[in-house]
Amino acid sequence: MFKQARWKEPVIFELGHLGRRGHILPPVEKEIQQVVGDPKNQIPEKIRRQTSPRLPELSEVEVMRHYIRLSQMNYCVDLGLYPLGSCTMKYNPKINEKIAKLPQVTSIHPYQDRKTVQGILEILYKLSHWLAEITGTYEVNLQPAAGAHGEFLGALIMRTHHKFNNEDKIRTELIVPDSAHGTNPASGTMAGFNVVVVPSDEDGCVDLRALKDAVSERTAGLMLTNPNTLGIFEKNIEDITEIVHDAGGLLYYDGANLNAILGKVRPGDMGFDIVHMNIHKTFGTPHGGGGPGAGPVGVSEELAKFLPVPTVAFDGEWYYLDYNKPYSIGNIRGFYGNVGVLVKAFTYILSLGAEGLEEIAEISVLNTNYLMKKLEEIGSYELPYAKGRPRKHECVFSAKKLNKEKRIRALHISKRILDNGLHSPTTYFPLIVEEALMIEPTESFEREELDRFVGVMKKIAEEANENPNEVLQAPKNTAVNRLDEAKASHPKTMVLSWKMHLKKTTSS
Amino acid sequence: MLRNSVGEMMAKSFVHPYIPNSIPKIKKDMMKQIGIQNIEELYADVPRKFRLKKKLNLPNFMSEHEVKRFIETLLSKNVTSQEMPTFLGAGCWPHYVPAVVEEIIQRTELLTSYTPYQPEISQGMLQVLFEYQSMICEITGMEVANSSMYDWASALGEAVRMAARLTKRTEALIPTIIHPERAKTLQTYSDPVGIHIHSVDYDSETGQLDIEDLKTKISKNTAAVYIENPTYLGFVEAQVKEIAEEAKDHESKFIVGVDPTSLGVLKPPSEYGADIVIGEGQPLGIPMNYGGPFLGIFACRDDMRMIRQMPGSIVGMTTTMDETKRGFCNALQTRQQHIRREKATSNICTNEALCAVAAAVYLASLGPKGLKELGETIISKTQYAMRLLSEIRGIKTPVFKSPHFKEFTVNFDDTGKTIKEIHEKLLQRRIHGGKKIVEEFPELGETALYCTTEVHSKDDIDFLSNALEKIIGEDES
Repeated sequence: MFKQARWKEPVIFELGHLGRRGHILPPVEKEIQQVVGDPKNQIPEKIRRQTSPRLPELSEVEVMRHYIRLSQMNYCVDLGLYPLGSCTMKYNPKINEKIAKLPQVTSIHPYQDRKTVQGILEILYKLSHWLAEITGTYEVNLQPAAGAHGEFLGALIMRTHHKFNNEDKIRTELIVPDSAHGTNPASGTMAGFNVVVVPSDEDGCVDLRALKDAVSERTAGLMLTNPNTLGIFEKNIEDITEIVHDAGGLLYYDGANLNAILGKVRPGDMGFDIVHMNIHKTFGTPHGGGGPGAGPVGVSEELAKFLPVPTVAFDGEWYYLDYNKPYSIGNIRGFYGNVGVLVKAFTYILSLGAEGLEEIAEISVLNTNYLMKKLEEIGSYELPYAKGRPRKHECVFSAKKLNKEKRIRALHISKRILDNGLHSPTTYFPLIVEEALMIEPTESFEREELDRFVGVMKKIAEEANENPNEVLQAPKNTAVNRLDEAKASHPKTMVLSWKMHLKKTTSS
Repeated sequence: MLRNSVGEMMAKSFVHPYIPNSIPKIKKDMMKQIGIQNIEELYADVPRKFRLKKKLNLPNFMSEHEVKRFIETLLSKNVTSQEMPTFLGAGCWPHYVPAVVEEIIQRTELLTSYTPYQPEISQGMLQVLFEYQSMICEITGMEVANSSMYDWASALGEAVRMAARLTKRTEALIPTIIHPERAKTLQTYSDPVGIHIHSVDYDSETGQLDIEDLKTKISKNTAAVYIENPTYLGFVEAQVKEIAEEAKDHESKFIVGVDPTSLGVLKPPSEYGADIVIGEGQPLGIPMNYGGPFLGIFACRDDMRMIRQMPGSIVGMTTTMDETKRGFCNALQTRQQHIRREKATSNICTNEALCAVAAAVYLASLGPKGLKELGETIISKTQYAMRLLSEIRGIKTPVFKSPHFKEFTVNFDDTGKTIKEIHEKLLQRRIHGGKKIVEEFPELGETALYCTTEVHSKDDIDFLSNALEKIIGEDES
């Protein structure tokens, strides 16, 4: 049976001993000391730090042990299925890490002379062209740090495009479906748009009539992911692009779900004008517990002039950074992108080639439909929308029935899955599915592991009938039992730093 | 006709190490279970006219060994800072990364986990992030920090937007001496919501913010006053109290941007009235990586109104439901996009969590004494470099009469040479000089921004100094 490590590991501030050290710096050379004297005197007293920060004092041994113990209380994709829907938790190849750790990647400065960075520039140049080929776009910019950062850039490009046509004052509305990822409407707002939500039809796809009603001369564009968050391919994509384009709007492709269609169909060919990719999803780079990722953006030829500066260019002899883009939206960050992550994507594409990428799409879709079939057979989980139609990268089940009959919600099911040494699906998303369990297996897991998940889901359905408390009281096998998340957010009980903890404990 | 005809499908025997179900037998079995003959049936709803009818124009797949050899050959064209003393900084700084930091961020449990949406099985990551936030609070003096932004520039954009939401005002004041990429990023973040950015002049002798100009420009419309310490050009802004008072008098938010390695020796911004502290966490154990991934620091005061307007994830400490055990989970998620959607404080989702882990391990390793020594070492190296270089005929360094930390301006006006010439000749001697800032600050003449940290030995600095002396002397004969 699964039991996660349960170290009773103190917070780092409770560890160590006064005077211990985890790292020693190289001493300042005597000659420098003689010339400079006490460095403290270089800083005027009024701006000098008087009291030391209360950082912990630990030996290297204790530092290492602390973090190793903590790491043992963390589930990861190398331990097993991590079927978070829309997160594409696939295997992160080890060669990618080795490459990204080479000093020729880590120890180069972004302002180095181009003569000294031809290798990395060539990699970035080629990668951007490969990503353009994969998405069917004209030019790809590698700068965004994450998917949402790419969405922000995309929305800004829409804005700038309409401004270029003197329509920015009128085109103030950005349309998103009600099944969209939360980042879509949030990115729209960040870029200054009013967000208009269109409902889904009975198939879980964009309701064409509602879309027709929603578009107008105020429409700046539509943000869409295809396959959508139910895992269903928007088969009316041609009508959708036509409706939006006819109204003068642009189409934005949210690339979170790109994995399923690699080499099969390209967003650019479907009529999307702006596309972002999640490197940390589709291209196998690790999520790092939340980041770093990378969210390159590809655009049509017409929009390429608006991309941020600089872009990586090649003059036939030298690779170089091109800042000559007078219509550019400007900068969205410092420097050129999460290069350390992009190098891993470059490695990944080489390791798979065109054939391998298409195989990824096929197997990820095969795995999804296999899981879906097996989970349907259990009988306790319902599959809303588009009966009989295949899903692509993910499928969304509803725990509505168990909730109604046994008061067992998606939340409880997800916690009970953890007890079995697997990660849970995404829960309560998309919002159009009641008690949603959103499952994305990716291509990375063997049938045996998928069957293990099905077995766990079956067992939970049985427990719901026979021993519901087992499910309701989960998890018990994880590092901690069920946590009080409300307490963490209530102003009275909220502790967001060790300093706040000390303040609260001394005042009470 | 589509490429993947049944015949081709059967003929295909592509078994890839990353794709366990790619063996034909398993595929066939799984298809049977689903009730299909061909994987193509799963794509039947994709309109034929859009289907890709050719193979993607990408390189053919390579074995791991070939991939490694191929990329290593490409990368051998790069010259690293280990092979060539490099004096570049300007927002990306060379520092030593302790082995323990590298080891921990490669732990697969942390590296290959997702954002901790299921806290009970993700306590490791959550506790590390809570500790990161707490250590950022200790060094900046603030009470709340989020678990990361993309980088300093985007953190500045978010901070100014947060100040605008809090004050319901539409202007922000920034110093003229600021990294141009940071200023431009701020512009990009501000424009869509109608925030206007104005620059405050500097004193031409000291570089310090021109307080009189600040007084002229600040008004009841000012959402935020932003300064950096140390500044982009490496000197310390000493009039922090005066600037903070101006901001306070006008009920504007005071935002301070920091290089965290300075906070062992420089006053924490909390002590001079900062409302929001941002900065670049890269020097805390994250390699230069040609400019990314980095780590945006974001912290504020313990003020519920401010906390509710913060962007990004914040990890909180809580207990189990039965209150028997301490635990950690994401807090205040109702600010965030996955709950609040178009009303979220920011759209940020994926952040730089693993970089925050590196920073946590780094700060825990250094401890209070190490952080102070780091700051003092940097000051010593910078002082030494400035003194040595200023002895060279024609060189003026630093341009501004102010205390410096880590970076300093070097003016070559009186050498009779352009920075371009000098830069090329340094490169020939396998030294990389500082960043040319002539286009950014034309009023400073032929000036470059140099950087020295604890990684630069006396020999490195002497080597630079000797080279500059020779290069400048050379053509005169």
